[in-house]
Amino acid sequence: MANTVAHTNPLDKVDHLEKLMPHESIINEEGEHVVLPQHRHHFETEEQQREAGSFGMWLFLLTEIMFFGGMFFAYLLYRNWYYPAFVVSSNQLNVGMGAANTAILITSGFFMALGVWAAEVRKKNLLVLMLILTTVFGCAFLGVKYFEYKEKYELHHIPGSSFSTAMFTNPGAYHLKEEPLAPDMAEKTQIFFFLYFAMTGMHALHMIIGIVLLFWLTWRAHKGAFSSGYVAPIENFGLYWHFVDIVWLFLFPLLYLINRHPVH
Amino acid sequence: MSTQISNTIVLLPDQATAKLPKRNYINNEHGLLSWLLTGDHKRIAMLYLISITFFFFIGGAFAGLIRLELLTPAPDLVSSDTYNKFFTMHGIIMIFLFLVPSVPATLGNFFIPIMIGAKDLAFPKINLLSWYLYLIGGTLTLTALVLGGVDTGWTFTTPLSTHYLNTHVITAASAIFIAGFSSIFTGLNFIVTIHRMRAPGMTWFRMPLFCWSNYAASILMVLGTPVLAIAIVLVALERLVGIGVFDPAKGGDPLLFQHLFWFYSHPAVYIMILPGMGVISEVISTFSRKRVFGYTAVAFSSVAIALFGFFVWAHHMFIMGVSNYSALVFSLLTMLVAVPSAIKIFNWAFTLQKGSITFETPMLYAFGFMGLFTIGGLTGVFLGSLGMDIHLTETYFIVAHFHFVMVGGMLMAFLAGIHFWWPKMTGRMYPESLSKLAAVTTFIGFNLTFLPQFILGYLGMPRRYHAYPQEYQVLNVLSTAGATVLGVGYMLPLLYLGWSLKYGAIAGDNPWQATGLEWQIQSPPLTENFVTIPIVDYEAYDYEWLEKKQREEVTTVG
Amino acid sequence: MGISPVLWQFLVKWLHNSALFPAEASTISPYTDALYFFLLLMTVVGMLLVCVLVFTFSIRYRREKHPVATQIEGSTLLEATWTIIPLAIFLVTFVWGALLYFRIYDPPANAMNIYVVGKQWMWKAEHPGGQHEINALHVPAGRPVQLTMISQDVFHSFSIPDFRVKREVIPGRYTTVWFQATDPGTYHIFCTQYCGTQHSGMIGEVTVLTPDDYEKWTRQSTSGMSLAQNGERLFASMGCNACHSGTAAARGPNLAGVYGSKLTLTNGNQVLVNDAYLRDAILNPSEHVTAGFAPIMPTYQGQISEDGLIDLVEYIKNLQTNYRVQQTQMTSESDKAAPQTPTEGTTETVKP
Repeated sequence: MANTVAHTNPLDKVDHLEKLMPHESIINEEGEHVVLPQHRHHFETEEQQREAGSFGMWLFLLTEIMFFGGMFFAYLLYRNWYYPAFVVSSNQLNVGMGAANTAILITSGFFMALGVWAAEVRKKNLLVLMLILTTVFGCAFLGVKYFEYKEKYELHHIPGSSFSTAMFTNPGAYHLKEEPLAPDMAEKTQIFFFLYFAMTGMHALHMIIGIVLLFWLTWRAHKGAFSSGYVAPIENFGLYWHFVDIVWLFLFPLLYLINRHPVH
Repeated sequence: MSTQISNTIVLLPDQATAKLPKRNYINNEHGLLSWLLTGDHKRIAMLYLISITFFFFIGGAFAGLIRLELLTPAPDLVSSDTYNKFFTMHGIIMIFLFLVPSVPATLGNFFIPIMIGAKDLAFPKINLLSWYLYLIGGTLTLTALVLGGVDTGWTFTTPLSTHYLNTHVITAASAIFIAGFSSIFTGLNFIVTIHRMRAPGMTWFRMPLFCWSNYAASILMVLGTPVLAIAIVLVALERLVGIGVFDPAKGGDPLLFQHLFWFYSHPAVYIMILPGMGVISEVISTFSRKRVFGYTAVAFSSVAIALFGFFVWAHHMFIMGVSNYSALVFSLLTMLVAVPSAIKIFNWAFTLQKGSITFETPMLYAFGFMGLFTIGGLTGVFLGSLGMDIHLTETYFIVAHFHFVMVGGMLMAFLAGIHFWWPKMTGRMYPESLSKLAAVTTFIGFNLTFLPQFILGYLGMPRRYHAYPQEYQVLNVLSTAGATVLGVGYMLPLLYLGWSLKYGAIAGDNPWQATGLEWQIQSPPLTENFVTIPIVDYEAYDYEWLEKKQREEVTTVG
Repeated sequence: MGISPVLWQFLVKWLHNSALFPAEASTISPYTDALYFFLLLMTVVGMLLVCVLVFTFSIRYRREKHPVATQIEGSTLLEATWTIIPLAIFLVTFVWGALLYFRIYDPPANAMNIYVVGKQWMWKAEHPGGQHEINALHVPAGRPVQLTMISQDVFHSFSIPDFRVKREVIPGRYTTVWFQATDPGTYHIFCTQYCGTQHSGMIGEVTVLTPDDYEKWTRQSTSGMSLAQNGERLFASMGCNACHSGTAAARGPNLAGVYGSKLTLTNGNQVLVNDAYLRDAILNPSEHVTAGFAPIMPTYQGQISEDGLIDLVEYIKNLQTNYRVQQTQMTSESDKAAPQTPTEGTTETVKP
């Protein structure tokens, strides 16, 4: 019954069963002492915190893939069913703008990558500049997108009550070199445009969220938050931003290019 | 020596001298804000516990109203629309606001970090965010309820939900969308924590099985939930814009919605049951003082369930005109997913063999779980079998089946876990005899409620029926009577657990003499869980290690 | 079935008389019930096994009897046993269930066809002879009956528990189910898929008649026009005959005898012409253009009700010669009322 004594002081007991660990968080590999303010108490080491952060971001991106995956699945299914409608509607998308946007987004991703590098080598001003450039190109993408959507609006290609299939049933009247679609097939173009707006819209929403985060990161970078070796937020945001790029790199060919050459 | 120590579990000797530790996570900070803005996984777990209990009783009230209406064959208590809202709200609340977060967000949140020797989950702020998302989802559900309810059924079948109903579908859909992100974040947090934050020496195969099963469930949450999210978004857009993705009149495919929906909602069943299985492993091992039989098999069967779980969704659609070939494939895979569950049941049974068994309340609940889950699982085989499914699907048979799994299985496991860890969470014991009574009441009430429904189902009574033919009345009366008993069984723990918060006996650190890391620290734990991070040098469920450790303590201290 | 007749009698008749078991009123029922009893046996045995294990161990190894636990890691042999045996049982169930599935969903070739249209919240049955019923269905005993079903609005599900058959009734596509009733009497029809407010009111009765009574009923309750006759009228009034005239110069393909044949479409696909194909070809003609014809047929989506479509399908199904088509066309042309209706695939119709 002596074991009851052992319970009177829980701290004693802990010492018995667990050997004290060196608190690695205060000593990095070079042996210099860096006590980082952003280090959270529940992580044993800085390294662990950083790994956990990027691992979490990768997992989050995995859920994002599943999220977009549902729409890609719907797109592939209907493309298979209503191939002619998807061909002609795809031809109505503005490849020029789409290509420009691809270039803009890749550039933006490039600056983001440079930004991560700048943070790692602790160049504060370079980091701020890179983040601003990333933001500018991100906004440019959205600007181009706005004009694309506007064009669709003018052509009555926005699904809903104002949607018109006239352009597909009677392409001649619109100076298009397309085979006219039978009315029943032309109806299906609406599904294409719905998916187009759903997918690019969801992508644009991710861009907008990203840009809001960029403002916040830029402000923090300006205050010097990432100039002392603490780069996890920049790195993780970089992962997110590149993910958004990659989604576009799938959307662009699937929506704009893949049906470009009609089979007639 | 060993007899003395093994007697401790019966005598609970340390309770005699045990005191509540002066400093713990509950009294570390004071004030409402210190709870609402906390990053402490234990406090968030308690917040979750309070909120899911609230929603459980709301969902339960709807269940009671449903059973009351079904007491008589005629549609006499409420109108059809109201009845349809009852079962819809019952389903939405119980599934998305109770069962999915039940064990993971409360017990998992509280104990996974402690079990693996970490001071918190990897992302405390995201953990708090997920509770707020849950609350927003819950509030929106209540909003939909107050505004007049939803009557789509929790399955949101298109085109009914998109074009034929005028209720608050979009509100309910956003509630589910948001609550879904809450569970994504919980799952994400668990996976990262288990991967990256295990204490030194805590290898994968030294983890308690509770962590394994929550890990498997987290994979399902992270990969399945976003698909539900997009399906729900498309339903909302379809309602708003009327585009026809799911509308056959405009060339859409209503079965596409079924595929997307069940791609999440079948794995969701495993999200709900897997953490419960983890609880059962802990409880059975502890009260038979024995390592879980075939630890590796149980651990891998959780992962196997998670993986297979993704490839059986179309078994919800056998009669909807999926092609014969896919029906065959999905039926076969469904049979395969049944096997890991069978493995678990037998492993638990054999954990008892040559153990040294005591029958505290958690153990009674665990036995209840094993019995009910066996029935629930085996009746699932009826439904997975193609030809049988034709007659049974969409009847009360399927209602009884999933209630055996979800309520008989998951809720029993949840209550087992709550009783098991109650001393650790609050530092106080629940009243043992009253809780045994509650466990037995629940078990009897449950069987009385749902066994008749199997018979009703084979007779052909369709689910979601407001009125039914006269000849089904006797069984329905039995079922309603059982529901009353069941209701009492659920009210009891609420009352005596509340009572025990103030008046329960002081529990002491390790009232069950269990081996998990959570039992080696004070109860209730410190905010930082461990004063120093433990180094783990023993396998999970190593009772010999525990005995040796205690012998050493005795010599040192004494 | 391998079960002794006495036991079977007990299981089925006695349980049925106690309102615990549905009547066995179709040829399928005994097959379904056999699998059911097998699965029930599996459940009871499995349940008993678990109970016996738990209780035996609980009694033998309770604390008082067995104060010190013996630690056991596991046993590969035992674990293999309870992996392989359940797997084997489940696989048997799978094969048995699959065989039953094909038995239930593969109609015999000589089945008589009845159309069923589901809508919120009623079942409409349409017999080829022109008999229409609401929430009721009369069928002869001893003859296979196939139901070709479609929904006008949301998902429904057509279920006759005493026949052990059920099938989802889906908007936009035909589904079928068949049964052969054995005992005259009345049985429940349920809609089992939740379909809105009056879901539980979407019920009806199937009345099984002896062949003689059925003959009598058929004669007494006909509306005077068979479905095919209705279809012929619609065919003419919508101007389908303008293109599908069966003449060498016709713009649409010849429809006589097309049902049940294999067509080659312009995209090279070979399709079997059945009810579903005919319906699709009327609504979405451009996806069903018969090889050699131009895609000129307009869509009839939204212009014909499901009942009208059934009439047309039934008409084309029974169309053996184009004689009457051409006759009608001449009449209508002489009336100068022929609407212009390009066509293909199969059938068409012009809006009235």
